[in-house]
Amino acid sequence: MNSHPTPSAGAIDAKEAGRRASEAIAASLKGRYAAEKRFRAYGIAAIVFAMLCLATLFVTIIGTGLPAFTQTMIRLEVTLYPQDIDPDGNRDPAVLSRANYRKLIQQSVLDLFPEVTSRRDKRALMALISPGATFDLRREVMDDPSIIGQRVSLLVHASDDADQLEKGHIDADLPESERRLNDKQIGWFERLKERGLVVTRFNTTLFTNGDSRSPELAGIRGALMGSLFTMLVTLALSFPLAVGAALYLEEFAPKNKWTQLIEVNINNLAAVPSIVFGLLGLAVFLNFFGMPRSAPLVGGLVLTLMTLPTIIIASRAALKSVPPSIREAALGVGASKVQTVFHHVLPLALPGMLTGTIIGMAQALGETAPLLMIGMIAFIVDIPGGPLDPATVMPVQIYLWSDLPERAFVERASAAIMVLLGFLVIMNALAVLLRKRFEKKW
Amino acid sequence: MTGMTAEVMTPKEVETAKEAAIAPKFVTKGVDVYYAEKQALTNVSLDIETNQVTSLIGPSGCGKSTYLRCLNRMNDTIDICRVMGDILLDGADIYSREMDVVHLRARVGMVFQKPNPFPKSIYENVCYGPKIHGIAKNKAELDDIVHTSLQKAGLWNEVKDRMHEPGTGLSGGQQQRLCIARAVAVQPDVILMDEPCSALDPIATAKIEELIDELRVNYTIVIVTHSMQQAARVSQRTGFFHLGELVEVGETEQIFTNPKDERTQGYITGRFG
Repeated sequence: MNSHPTPSAGAIDAKEAGRRASEAIAASLKGRYAAEKRFRAYGIAAIVFAMLCLATLFVTIIGTGLPAFTQTMIRLEVTLYPQDIDPDGNRDPAVLSRANYRKLIQQSVLDLFPEVTSRRDKRALMALISPGATFDLRREVMDDPSIIGQRVSLLVHASDDADQLEKGHIDADLPESERRLNDKQIGWFERLKERGLVVTRFNTTLFTNGDSRSPELAGIRGALMGSLFTMLVTLALSFPLAVGAALYLEEFAPKNKWTQLIEVNINNLAAVPSIVFGLLGLAVFLNFFGMPRSAPLVGGLVLTLMTLPTIIIASRAALKSVPPSIREAALGVGASKVQTVFHHVLPLALPGMLTGTIIGMAQALGETAPLLMIGMIAFIVDIPGGPLDPATVMPVQIYLWSDLPERAFVERASAAIMVLLGFLVIMNALAVLLRKRFEKKW
Repeated sequence: MTGMTAEVMTPKEVETAKEAAIAPKFVTKGVDVYYAEKQALTNVSLDIETNQVTSLIGPSGCGKSTYLRCLNRMNDTIDICRVMGDILLDGADIYSREMDVVHLRARVGMVFQKPNPFPKSIYENVCYGPKIHGIAKNKAELDDIVHTSLQKAGLWNEVKDRMHEPGTGLSGGQQQRLCIARAVAVQPDVILMDEPCSALDPIATAKIEELIDELRVNYTIVIVTHSMQQAARVSQRTGFFHLGELVEVGETEQIFTNPKDERTQGYITGRFG
């Protein structure tokens, strides 16, 4: 420091430099604020674009899928002639189940339209009624054989084409050859409506049935149960395995080139295309161990392999974020390594681990490719009762339906997407809740 | 000791028994510490006297914290750290195979630079040590230990009505006293303090210093500090570290009034550090 009483040349220079610096700062301010504004605008634009994309997606899916939640039903008066169902009259279940209910249904429909006589017209008329009506009638009779001989009122599914007509998806102005229903069929359906025999109600079939070749009888119950069992297997295996691996690698393992190699490999595994895990599952679980094909157990094992790296990486990050001072505090009062980890580190890392697990599970829930390889893409009507029964999962079901030509199937695919999204939202909400709960404890 | 009663004790044995009573708690001889290839401590030989406060002073990076962390083997947690030389606690080598590190840390408690209470209730913070070591037989005993520990740490009156509130909700000074209570609850012989007041305001610092003076009656205390005034106020003996070496050790008064080494003189008069 210069302690001379009069300002020296250096001090004047410093003053001048300070003034110039101040001017420079003032001049640059405008540009800097503009840059900030620009950046904010980019951010808002990005968010608006993302929201628009999301809105488009939701509008498309909901617009397509919403009609699938209602189903057109037709009320039929069916006369249960004993000679057709049970000629011997001894109500033998074997005989009852083999009776020709289709003929009874057909008779009741023809009674409504006495003018329909030709074979071709009869078939066209029957195309308005779902083949499921036959099974509905049989179930009614099997449940309560005492109704035989009576005239019963039965609410049966309309066929998918009639259902689409009722929902306004069949344009009567199109040339007849380009429509799925011809003029006569449309006329018959209109007459059914005039008589008040057409009812639209909530489509419970969608939630109670498995897959079917007739769209009006197809439901997501089978795929939902398949997904449920697969996810249970995945969760039960991947969470403990991944948390254990992360704990060992982060807290106990010596830091040497072997653990480094393992770390690199785990990170690489997270980036492996999922179909490769499917191939591995096919080769190892099905061919080598001879596990059942199409089973949720194997699906769960394959998805476990796929989600393990994700959960391990998230768990390790969660462990790393626990402050070292907590470990020191515990070790300082004489806690052993295991006590330190399980009493203090793990509880603090658990919320992060749970988040990682939920992300992994959500990924697994939406996964299709690896499951194709182990046969979970089959057409399966029966609803699986356990992890060893053949099953398919929601995303595969969506894939299968969206590939079919009937509009009703495409509608159901969208409905299934909505249900799947609903499940993902519920899972994420659960994750947030769990995290909040654990965090509150501390 | 071989002699069980005074009758069979030879005069020489009586002499050693007397020496044992006033023997230093820690005897360290020629301690070298390396972090990988870098040497952090060179040939440190220092005795820590029983029931006294020993303060370790020196500029940043001089190795005083490293030395402190050797005393309860906290350096074990750092993979690249190697400790050589002899460190004897009551005559037993703490780096020997027979010494259990968990047992050692129960006998040699530690208070850290930043208050680090567990993110649990005040009660749980204090009772954690006794619980894992099985010191208390039942709930009543545990309550008693928590009570006396908090009293010793001078925190009881402030927290007695909110034992089940989180320890992290206390003020910085209270948190540090909670950490002292946590260390005391295990009933150690030695308490190591690594700059315990560096994150605290002067009032909280004064409270902790007062506390250290009271604790000296029952415990041997080693404190690392950056504040020379603090060292002068609380300690009986002071060691001055510089560049990984123990430059000088002696009675606190002597170190501050009549240092033998030039470097010590330079540091305490503020010429470097």
